[in-house]
Amino acid sequence: MNIIEPLVKIALILLINLTTVAYLVYTERRVSAFIQNRVGPNRVGPMGLLQPVADIVKLFFKEDIVPTAANKFVHSLAPLISLIVALSTFAVIPFGNTIHLFGRDIKLMIADVNVGLLYLLALSSLGVYGITLSGWSSNNKYSLLGGLRSSAQMISYELSMGLSIIGVLMIAGSLQLDKIVVHQGNYLGGFLPAWNIFLQPLGFITFVVAYFAETNRLPFDLPEAEPELVGGYHTEYSGMKFGLFFLAEYANMITASAVITTLYLGGWQFPFIENFGFSPLAVSLLQVAAFGVKVALVLLFFIIVRWTIPRFRYDQLMNLGWKVMLPLAVLNIIITGFFILV
Amino acid sequence: MEAYIPIFLMLAIALAIGVVFLKLQEWLGPRNPNDEKLSTYESGMAPVRTARERFSVKYYMVAVLFILFDIEVIFLYPWAVNFRALGVFGYVEMVLFIAILLVGYLYILKKGALQWD
Repeated sequence: MNIIEPLVKIALILLINLTTVAYLVYTERRVSAFIQNRVGPNRVGPMGLLQPVADIVKLFFKEDIVPTAANKFVHSLAPLISLIVALSTFAVIPFGNTIHLFGRDIKLMIADVNVGLLYLLALSSLGVYGITLSGWSSNNKYSLLGGLRSSAQMISYELSMGLSIIGVLMIAGSLQLDKIVVHQGNYLGGFLPAWNIFLQPLGFITFVVAYFAETNRLPFDLPEAEPELVGGYHTEYSGMKFGLFFLAEYANMITASAVITTLYLGGWQFPFIENFGFSPLAVSLLQVAAFGVKVALVLLFFIIVRWTIPRFRYDQLMNLGWKVMLPLAVLNIIITGFFILV
Repeated sequence: MEAYIPIFLMLAIALAIGVVFLKLQEWLGPRNPNDEKLSTYESGMAPVRTARERFSVKYYMVAVLFILFDIEVIFLYPWAVNFRALGVFGYVEMVLFIAILLVGYLYILKKGALQWD
């Protein structure tokens, strides 16, 4: 097996991912400043564009403080788990159709495994370990509470997430993500692209809400909840270990947007592109661009939601997860089954 | 098995990135610890007791219920992939399966296992 090709793809994806994380933080700060009628970072470089570089350099030059009461090994292990999970989830997401380059066909996804969706769910469940272990190992009451809250929250919403995806599986009949995307290339009634958001509106809503809770973003950011828990599970983290948690959170956001795009918004499909008569290479490149634009729009949605919606109370959060989302997701499966059979 | 090699590569490279970042900081950052700095953070006060204490049993309940329902979800995956092949029979079977689980779900609701206050 050729090992160069996956290595090139991994390097490319990680490079793009890490750059996007840096600029996502910048975008978030600028957008939040705009929403709150402030200016935001604008001093480092033109329009503050070099701010992410300054942030990263600052993190490298900070002291790493490990409290004496903490469990040293687990304390260092937890941010690594978070980071590995966040970065490698991208391995099964197709970011383009097969492209013909240098006289060979290259599939634009890192690992074409037949259980792609299961791998994705498995890794996103492993993300709970990073947060829970960091909360426990810090030996700090705030961290412990943050870790407990987040593990309970993430596993509760994982149920509705897993159940929402079943509707998509019933339509596509495959766990392979590129097959799910190809399936969304048809048209409904000749004019509407057959994206799963139109076929599965209820599933889309439950999935997006559940994924917000999975990524610990506001309105579901109780694990961090600054006013009550200081910093939640990363209260006792400083320097680059804190940086790794930060990196993982934003990398998770990018993965979440990519997954939402792939499952519900047609992935790399560019509607009606076959009618314009472009060359095959141009079509492939435009499809990659379409994927990028969709992911960017979902990311912008994540940011705007964070800065315009207040935080839930914990009992409201658990009630929503168990008493509203779970029944709705099951209902979605029954409705989808009914419509496919009729 | 070959299709999984890129995944292991990806995991290894992600781990390498994390370790390199941490080592770089160890090399570049300052290091002058003192007792105050290394004590547990508690809003500037001297820490009262440790975090190794009892916590609400509710979290444990949620974890147990999660296991139950997650197994249900895993049962649904192979069924969903083969949905068209199984036809009406498979659909009715699964509705019955979900109905049985629904009884259990209503029971835990009635018992107040998910009541947070």
